[in-house]
Amino acid sequence: MNSYRADLHIHTVLSPCGSLDMSPAKIIEKAREKGLDIIGITDHNSTRHCKLISKLAATEGIFVLMGAEVTTREEVHCLSFFENDDQLTDFQAYLEAHLPPILNDTQKFGYQVVVDENEQIIDEIEFLLISALDQSIDQVEQKVHSLGGIFIPAHIDRPSYSITSQLGFIPAGLNIDAIEISASCKTETILPFITKQKGVTIIRNSDAHYEDQVGKVFTTFEMEHRSFAEVKMALHGMMGRKTSYT
Amino acid sequence: MKVKDIITALELKVFGGSQGLDREITGGYTSDLLSDVMGYAENGKIWITLQTHKNVIAIASLKELAAVILIKGNDPDTDMLAQAKEEGIPVLGTNEEAFEITGKLFNLLNR
Repeated sequence: MNSYRADLHIHTVLSPCGSLDMSPAKIIEKAREKGLDIIGITDHNSTRHCKLISKLAATEGIFVLMGAEVTTREEVHCLSFFENDDQLTDFQAYLEAHLPPILNDTQKFGYQVVVDENEQIIDEIEFLLISALDQSIDQVEQKVHSLGGIFIPAHIDRPSYSITSQLGFIPAGLNIDAIEISASCKTETILPFITKQKGVTIIRNSDAHYEDQVGKVFTTFEMEHRSFAEVKMALHGMMGRKTSYT
Repeated sequence: MKVKDIITALELKVFGGSQGLDREITGGYTSDLLSDVMGYAENGKIWITLQTHKNVIAIASLKELAAVILIKGNDPDTDMLAQAKEEGIPVLGTNEEAFEITGKLFNLLNR
C-alpha cells in the first residue's frame, strides 16, 4: 500500500466567496508546495472548473477528485465527487436544472468566473451559486449515487450549513460514504452525532477559499494507487485500504 | 388551548398525525434550524418551520412538541408524513409566511 496526502475540499475563483487568486494554476502550485497528492475541487453548486484542473494537475502528478459542494434544500453542504467527465457533465446539468434563478450581486458576494488555462475569463455565472438547490438532501444523495459518485456531508461540526445544524442529527437511512470535519474541529464534539453511524469514515479537509489555506489540514489515504475506485474503497475501509487524519 | 382549536381559527390544513389533535398547546417556537429546535424548544410548543425533512418529526417527538406547522404552502416529504402519522404528531400547513402565522398564533394564544 502507498500513502497519499489529500485535501478534498478546495474552492476556486468560481465560488463567489473564493479568492480571485484561486485560479486553477495557483491551486495546483499551492497543492505542490504542500505536498498534496490528491485534491478535491468543490465549488459551490458547480463543477465548471474540474475538468481543466484535472488536466493541468495530471502534468504535475496530482490526482484530482472532480465534484462540487452542493447546497441542499435544507441548506446542508455536501461534497459530491464523480469518476469521469460524462458523470460530471450529467451532474452539472442536474445542478443547473435545480439552482434557483437568483442573480449574483457581485458587489455583495463576489465574482463567479470560469477561466481557461491561461487564466483568461471565459465565462461568468449569472445565478448566485451559493443559493440552495430545490432538491432535498435525500434527492441529492440519490442522484450522486445513481451516477456512481461519492457523497460526503461537509464540515458536520460547523454551526451553520452543516447536516447537524440544519437537520439536528444525521438522518437514519441516508447513504453516506464518509463525513467531513472542518480544520478546527475537535473530534470529541462530533462523537454524539456519529454513534449511530457505525464505522463511518471521518475525513478532514481545508475548505480552502484562499491560497494559504490549501493543504493546511489533510487526510491521508492508504491504498494501492490513486484512482476514484481506490478512494472509494479507502473511504469504506475495504481490502486493506484506509484513511486517517490529524 | 388544544391543537384542534387553532386549526379553524388559523385556517390550517391537516396533513396527518390527527391522533394528536387533542394535545395541549403551551406556546410556539419558530425556527428552521433543527439543531436550534432540538436545543431550545420546550415541550407543548407548536413548531413553525419551512423544513419538510423527516428529522422534523423525530425532533418534535423527542421534544414532545404539540404539532408542526409548515409554512408557505410547503408539503411534508413522504417519509416525514409517514413518521408523523406513526408518532401521532399533527403536521399542519398554511400558505402564509413565518412572520404572519407566528403573529396570528401569538395573538390567539395570548388573548
